[in-house]
Amino acid sequence: MAIGQSALSNHGRVQQATHDPLWLRLLMISTTVSFIVIFLVLPLTIIFMEAFRDGLGAYLKSFQDPAGWHAIKLTLIATGISLPLNLVFGVAAAWAIAKFEFKGKSLLITLIDLPFAVSPIISGLIYVLLFGMQGWFGAWLSEHDLQVIFAVPGIVLATIFVTFPFVARELIPLMQEQGTDEELAAISLGASGWQTFVRVTIPNIKWGLLYGVILCNARAMGEFGAVSIVSGHIRGKTNTLPLHIEILYNEYNVVAAFAMASILAMLGLITLVLKSVFEWKVQQQLRETLEPTTAEAN
Amino acid sequence: MHLRIKQYSPLPGFGLTLGYTLTYLGLIVILPLSALFMKSTSMTLDQFWQTIVDPRVMASYRLTFGTSLIGALINLFFGFIVAWSLVRYRFPGRKILDALIDLPFALPTAVSGIALTTIYAKNGWIGGLLEPLGIKVAFTPLGITLAMTFIGLPFVVRTLQPALEELDGETEEAAASLGAGRWQTFWRVILPTVLPALLTGFALAFARALGEYGSVVFISGNMPMKTEITSLLIITKLEQYDIAGATVISIVMLLVSFLILLSINGLQWWVSRGQRKSV
Amino acid sequence: MSIHVKNVSKTFGSYMALKNVSLEIKDGELITLLGPSGSGKTTLLRIIAGMEIPDDCEGSGIFFHGEDVSHRQVGARKVGFVFQHYALFKHLSVIENIAFGLRVRPKATRPSKKEILSKASELLQLIQLEGFGNRYPAQLSGGQRQRVALARALAIEPRVLLLDEPFGALDAKVRQGLRNWLRRLHGELKMTTILVTHDQEEALEVADRVVVMNQAAIEQVGTPAEVFHNPASEFVMDFLGNVNVFRGRVEEGHAVWGNGTVKVPGLQTSSNGLANVYVRPHELDLLRHANGSASLAARVKRINPAGSYAKVVLTAKDGSDLQVDLPFEQFLELDLQCGEDVFVMPRRVRVFSSDYEI
Repeated sequence: MAIGQSALSNHGRVQQATHDPLWLRLLMISTTVSFIVIFLVLPLTIIFMEAFRDGLGAYLKSFQDPAGWHAIKLTLIATGISLPLNLVFGVAAAWAIAKFEFKGKSLLITLIDLPFAVSPIISGLIYVLLFGMQGWFGAWLSEHDLQVIFAVPGIVLATIFVTFPFVARELIPLMQEQGTDEELAAISLGASGWQTFVRVTIPNIKWGLLYGVILCNARAMGEFGAVSIVSGHIRGKTNTLPLHIEILYNEYNVVAAFAMASILAMLGLITLVLKSVFEWKVQQQLRETLEPTTAEAN
Repeated sequence: MHLRIKQYSPLPGFGLTLGYTLTYLGLIVILPLSALFMKSTSMTLDQFWQTIVDPRVMASYRLTFGTSLIGALINLFFGFIVAWSLVRYRFPGRKILDALIDLPFALPTAVSGIALTTIYAKNGWIGGLLEPLGIKVAFTPLGITLAMTFIGLPFVVRTLQPALEELDGETEEAAASLGAGRWQTFWRVILPTVLPALLTGFALAFARALGEYGSVVFISGNMPMKTEITSLLIITKLEQYDIAGATVISIVMLLVSFLILLSINGLQWWVSRGQRKSV
Repeated sequence: MSIHVKNVSKTFGSYMALKNVSLEIKDGELITLLGPSGSGKTTLLRIIAGMEIPDDCEGSGIFFHGEDVSHRQVGARKVGFVFQHYALFKHLSVIENIAFGLRVRPKATRPSKKEILSKASELLQLIQLEGFGNRYPAQLSGGQRQRVALARALAIEPRVLLLDEPFGALDAKVRQGLRNWLRRLHGELKMTTILVTHDQEEALEVADRVVVMNQAAIEQVGTPAEVFHNPASEFVMDFLGNVNVFRGRVEEGHAVWGNGTVKVPGLQTSSNGLANVYVRPHELDLLRHANGSASLAARVKRINPAGSYAKVVLTAKDGSDLQVDLPFEQFLELDLQCGEDVFVMPRRVRVFSSDYEI
């Protein structure tokens, strides 16, 4: 990312903008705005329009459905478990990768990126293959009267799989960029590993951490495909919020479906806002490291 | 105690963090994925082949592949325009529009799915406009393509933006001072420089669209042989307890995605071999 | 605290950074490790600090005051390390940076909060930054940041101060100021200090002794005067200061010079053969007429009179250039012009060759 260069290229950029003829600029901008409005703004708007189509009363009534509340609860549980686990993973992986030199690092990073390359359907399928009736552990599980697939544990596992890269992917380049000098300085001053981590590393990565966490959160709460496979769609039992929305929609219970969807849409918007804020903060912190001093000499 | 694979560092915690990382990866990623591959080897090659060439499956491949490709191409073209405008021009609302680009990431796929379907349905905002013209969007490949475009939009724009931002004005000014017109400068100087990023964004959008489920399944209509995407076919097979069949189709999709990513990486490497900075 | 480095080697993969290096450092000395990049000086410093571990060899070891610390962790060695790019904790204020080493001490040995602050304030005064305690590193200049880094290292009362090219990232004038300041500080604290630098002016100005390093080995250890005026090897002579080199010949212990020979101090009378003859620019005299002693005919090519001495560049008959530094008064007396033919006489030459040493 051209962080240090932004000041410089900004100047160049302003000059370039005046090189493009006015008609071109207008054309590009209007195309951009139209494209974004049609593809992004419209879907966003319609969610709220449909949710409130029959007025506020109908909107609120949608939330009286116990199955709906259960779905919300399940979503929160799945997110609540996968988020901390993935957070710890992300931090551990980033520490190992960013602060040390060892062979096999790029393989490790590729493995971490894997869920991004794998379709959500496959992400769910693999757990069915492990824990489903015909799966590797299927027999063992039914012997012990435990259920993973079509039950909460399966949902949690699928959620963990699709969201675990987020924190790591954000922290790894950040910590690599920050280097190891400050940690080495702390160690040389007598700090223990844990003290160094808490007092030196965490303050430096906190914005990146938050950034990764909200992305992880958004994906965890909204995951549909993978969870769809492992959940079994048992209404009131194994439906997360997205799955519940699907059921409502397929039953033509449009207002209720969009009412529930509106919650997730609001979550999505909050995610976007926080994301921009945290991203800016991360860049600001990195800029501080790279910028030469502005104060007077000596 | 001198492991050759790791350089000495006075920083502690390597064993602990790497151990945790590898354990986590092993349990969550490697174990399940190996189950996938093991399952596929449990079939004979003949069974494997039969599953793949089944007409319904082939139809779904054609549909999914085709619509993903077109969607990615649309994103390639419009994504470039959007990225260019956001990086190079100043206009009111720019920052908000920029933040909105990530909407397909932030919004759950099911939510996007029902929203898109509602817009393009017969009586929807856009669907309603096109209906009198005889253009059906929802429940047709066209609708699927639009959904694929939606889901891939951020990939091209977000990969392209840093590359465009890194362009310093100097090379363009140099080209202009040498007499190149604006179009020539664009074609000969700017485009080649950002081509690697463009290709990466395209590949990511393509691969993502191939495997997409939630945003697409509502608008697609799901008629076998006509509008059934592969992701749905896999789920259908699972619901029919044809786990082997589902696995086979999945593996093919997985391999195709990897192939796409690999070939684009290769293409990218080839394109940028002259431009790569020396380390 | 004295430091004894014994037979230390270090390889990184296939690259040899240090080749069987030994060094003795006296208690309270300020020594500099001087050399070009790749000479191994930073590696040596880091090994002394404990940031790298030397190769496991027979008889190798690092001794602090007689104690073998080769297997001790960096945190346990009580060294004060100052990084080239300061490595200040960006999110902590200046006073908290300085206090860091004290705050992280285990409960048993940790001073009270009041004591920590008072110690940190003392150090703040020492580095002449009183009033800056609540500022953050981003608000300081490079020179100020480096001083804070030094105070932070001093706070843990280290047995030795290790500085890794501490002034490398600063402007020339700031560097000069900090150099003087460091020298004064060392005079006050009398702490054993090791400074790594590639800047020879810095090394010669600041150190009690200089360790000249090249290609993973030590070329010479000596006082600044010793290494400058009595270089032990070709590399040292070439690296420090300006020098003229001639591919010349040696006959019976005398170096061939122009129309005659010059006695080379310390050279065997039996020595013969090709050699590199070294002369420093200020050890050459210029005369208009040969006066009988060995002199080299040359033509004045360029004169740079701007300085406390004038730099005259001449071209010898064989086309090679040489530089002569003349004290300004002498230069005025001679009243040289470009293109003039003059004679160059050495007051002192050194000879280095692969056949024999001096």
